[in-house]
Amino acid sequence: MESVRTAKVTTTSSSPARSYLGSTKSVLLLAAGAFMLVNMYLIFMWAPTEAVMGHVQRIMYIHVPLAWLAFLAFFIVFVGSLMYLWKRESKWDMLASSAAELGVVFTSLVLITGPIWGKPIWGIWWTWDARLTTTLVLWLIYVSYLMLRAYSSNRSQGALYSAVLGVIGFVDVPIVYFAVNWWRTQHQRLVIGSGSLEGSLNADMRTTLYFSMVAFTLLFSFLLWQKMSDKRIEEDLRSIRYSKELTRGARIGR
Amino acid sequence: MKEFLRPVFLVTWKDILLELRSREVVIASMVFAIMVVVIFNFALNVTPETVDILAPGILWVAFVFAGVLAMSRAFVIEKDQGSLEGLLLCPVSRDSLYFGKMLSLFLFMTVVEAVLLPIFAVLFDFSAFSFTLIGVILLATLGFATVGTLFSSIAVNTRSREIMLPVLFFPVITPVIIGAVETSTGAIGSSVNVIGVGRWLQLIAVFDAVFLVLCPWAFGLVMEE
Repeated sequence: MESVRTAKVTTTSSSPARSYLGSTKSVLLLAAGAFMLVNMYLIFMWAPTEAVMGHVQRIMYIHVPLAWLAFLAFFIVFVGSLMYLWKRESKWDMLASSAAELGVVFTSLVLITGPIWGKPIWGIWWTWDARLTTTLVLWLIYVSYLMLRAYSSNRSQGALYSAVLGVIGFVDVPIVYFAVNWWRTQHQRLVIGSGSLEGSLNADMRTTLYFSMVAFTLLFSFLLWQKMSDKRIEEDLRSIRYSKELTRGARIGR
Repeated sequence: MKEFLRPVFLVTWKDILLELRSREVVIASMVFAIMVVVIFNFALNVTPETVDILAPGILWVAFVFAGVLAMSRAFVIEKDQGSLEGLLLCPVSRDSLYFGKMLSLFLFMTVVEAVLLPIFAVLFDFSAFSFTLIGVILLATLGFATVGTLFSSIAVNTRSREIMLPVLFFPVITPVIIGAVETSTGAIGSSVNVIGVGRWLQLIAVFDAVFLVLCPWAFGLVMEE
């Protein structure tokens, strides 16, 4: 049993074919960097200033892509979790946990940029509107996902438990949205239908928004790739350490 | 069907017997729930004018907090004495174990709520005996027990389990709490929201149905080690 384990470890850790700074990652990094630079120009120089809201409206070009990527991230967590529960391969766990970490970061940014935009426009930082409340609950679910991983007593347990939560949490989201939506519309009319935003944008603004979405998606892909290769390195390091301890143990035993 | 139900009831009966002898769960969460109600009374300064608006919220905070207390005990008692391994070695399916534990948790929570509700009605002076209210309490408690059993079995194996359970439980259970409070507002007060009651009951029922399928499946995965 132990010899099998060590043999497997040596093949994975010493294979030179796996380079951690893969070419895909460099391409993604370059593309994301270039797109983000152009994106900044488009957002701050090229896009027309909104007539009513003024310059503060430009935060939309960051806020909306972040929100879309946060939801994408949680969808990836769901898919990765299901695949992990089915196949039990650690790569799916790496995908799910990396996406969860990014999703929490992006959702946090959404929850920060939202009030910055909201305060001058609505006069309040926060309102318990359906979209905002759902995002907050979503954030809490995935924060608890990360906590569950951190507090698990070992790694395989953490992977299993968090995969279960990755599925449960994602299934819960539409129910939360329905509940919060009815809850709010019963009490007060929705003042800020962001659904009407799309129609009120002029062509240049829409181009900027779409470009920003592409740029942020590239950035997200790069970060996800980076995060996963980090986790792969961590795992390799751990198995090298483990095999070293095994050989030391064997020597002492002899 | 009978082969499936028998182990379910045996597991539940085991928990009831244990509870009758130790009185650990029900009494503790009941006292705790009453304390929550008293503290909220001071914190919100409930007056006859505001009771219709505030009472449902206080009621459900007390129920949910007491429920979390009860569900944290559900697997701690198994874990501490090493009896969880014994249960897992039993030649019954994981589903039977899940439903057995879920049923006992549901019973304990219902008992706590059945005692708390009259006390609550007396303290805040409203009539607690409406079918809508009792119906939503049963439906919502079923939802709590369904998700709570799974999360309790997860949290008990982590470090700092006392923190992990509420952190996992509360975000996921949000829709049930919203629905329960809304329905209770319609049931307790003479408020205009009565039209929405049926819709909320449906939402909680959908939640229960979805997680009654999902949680036993997840429980089987969690318990396989």
